[in-house]
Amino acid sequence: MSRTSALDPPVAVEPARGAVLWPAAAAGVGLLSLIALRYVHHHAGSLTPGFWIAVVLLWLAAWKIVGELASLEPASRAGRRLLDLLVPLCFGAFLLFLWEVLTVGLRIPMVLLPSPSAIWARIAASAHILRADFIQTFIRAVLPGWALGCASGFFIAVLADRVPFLARGLIPIGNFVSALPIIGIAPIMVMWFGFDWHSKAAVVVVMTFFPMLVNTIAGLSQASHLERDLMRSYGASYGQTLMKLRLWAALPFIFNALKINSTLALIGAIVAEFFGTPIVGMGFRISTEVGRMSLDMVWAEIAVAALAGSTFYGLLALLERAATFWHPSYRETPNN
Amino acid sequence: MTFDLVEPRPRLFSKALGGSSLPVLTLVLAIVVIWYLAAIWLNAPFIRSTNPGLSLPDLVRATWSAERPVVPAPHQVLVELWKTVVETKVTSKRSLLYHSWVTLSSSLLGFLLGSLLGIVLAVSILHVRSLEKSLLPWIIASQTIPILAIAPIIIVALGSMGFVGLVPKSIISAYLCFFPVAIGMVKGLNSPDPMQLDLMRTYNATRAQTFWKLRWPSAVPFLFASLKVAIAISLVGAIVGELPTGAQAGLGARLLAGSYYGQTVQIWAALFAAAALAAAMVATIAAAERLALRRMGVKP
Repeated sequence: MSRTSALDPPVAVEPARGAVLWPAAAAGVGLLSLIALRYVHHHAGSLTPGFWIAVVLLWLAAWKIVGELASLEPASRAGRRLLDLLVPLCFGAFLLFLWEVLTVGLRIPMVLLPSPSAIWARIAASAHILRADFIQTFIRAVLPGWALGCASGFFIAVLADRVPFLARGLIPIGNFVSALPIIGIAPIMVMWFGFDWHSKAAVVVVMTFFPMLVNTIAGLSQASHLERDLMRSYGASYGQTLMKLRLWAALPFIFNALKINSTLALIGAIVAEFFGTPIVGMGFRISTEVGRMSLDMVWAEIAVAALAGSTFYGLLALLERAATFWHPSYRETPNN
Repeated sequence: MTFDLVEPRPRLFSKALGGSSLPVLTLVLAIVVIWYLAAIWLNAPFIRSTNPGLSLPDLVRATWSAERPVVPAPHQVLVELWKTVVETKVTSKRSLLYHSWVTLSSSLLGFLLGSLLGIVLAVSILHVRSLEKSLLPWIIASQTIPILAIAPIIIVALGSMGFVGLVPKSIISAYLCFFPVAIGMVKGLNSPDPMQLDLMRTYNATRAQTFWKLRWPSAVPFLFASLKVAIAISLVGAIVGELPTGAQAGLGARLLAGSYYGQTVQIWAALFAAAALAAAMVATIAAAERLALRRMGVKP
């Protein structure tokens, strides 16, 4: 998203000063925030208006610093990468700080919003429960369901590619089904496959099937006519064209579906557990602990789910980068 | 046989979408047939165990008309739909229309709130440069979190503040909706190419003028594409939002109640109603899109 324009006046950049000044300021604000955190924990009952003014000032400073950091333009590629990582991290860390200060300082009741430190304490205290839930939901239901759903969507798409009649029927149906609240089949799956992880995996299979199908069919049409004509002039068979050209051209679409499905799968498995489970699992824990009003456990569970979800997504994104390095969206353009 | 001529050139299919009714009908027919067969296959064991001496035609008939089947036959679902939609008064708690309305109203409110939030976020990301680098990554990361899992928390937290019923469900819907709209609009508002932006500058256009005359119109197609995604997931949000409140009203409540009491036919009927609702909502947005784009002078 480049907003550079030919009419922009050339800007005199002073990389050296800003590049030292603003990160240093960020570190300073970070230190002050830590002090504020200690203070708020010790004097939670007796906070003066002065403290809150200080917090607001810190906030304004952080706002300014993030803005300045974001507008830095390091010359080296590594510097840019680091900055792209650093800016959102600073922003997120400051959000966490505000969350902690507000919940502790204003004594917001646990039912409404537990503080990050309380959630962390809960995570540390009940690690074994979280671990069991993670295994039940993520390892047993999400991963196999995701793999099976993606694989079957992929194979049906390749089959539909071979039989155009099937494709013409499947594309509208697939698009239609993608818009449906598929999560609603969860009670049916629980009825068919029982309370244990099998039913959750089945929900995940159905949820992940259609995005993969639609994306793969779209991806298989990506190879250009020129490339296909080349394959024909080599006398390549259908299978050879598929294996050596069209599947590779479809990879960006397939990875897109894999990434979409990674989040869908986690949502599907957790929500399916609301409809009945054995006494273990992330969705089960969330729904029962909400009933018992121990919201810190619920947030701990969500933190685990968020970590698992983003790690899953991140791994897929890395894999995508490695597999589709040739794609224009990953090539570094010299002028950008 | 036209399709024998088609080499692996799927680009043709998208052009021939108008001619896809035959394949679609064939597939739907195949699904119905498979469904009936599955009903026989999956229902037969428990029917045979209760009355063992049935002849084959009787057994088939019994599997298609069981009261609490493992798989209800399509006509059973249709009969249930007819009964709860047409033959029951709208005000009754047994009317599917009533439950659909409960779900529809909260998902529409959520859709409205979420879309507005998404547009506001996108506009502020456009105009405050640092937000793009600091906030946008978090908006994207927020989607890798299973947001629906937060639904019970939102219901409970808002419930403890005195909000019950429509609002908490809509907030869940809104939370799901804002993301596709925000991302789509950021893309759309940035879609005018630098030449066009330069032209606005040579006209000495103000920021507001550039926004309303160039950026906003070029974002409209992106907006509608996102709205279609958003309205579909707002329904999901509303349905899931009905689960933790203990099945009072709405399609989600029907699903939950059906699964508690083993009323398979009721579950399927609620599912069909949800599907019809989703299809109708997406179709409405698509119609609005066609209308808007035609008024803006886009040639089909």
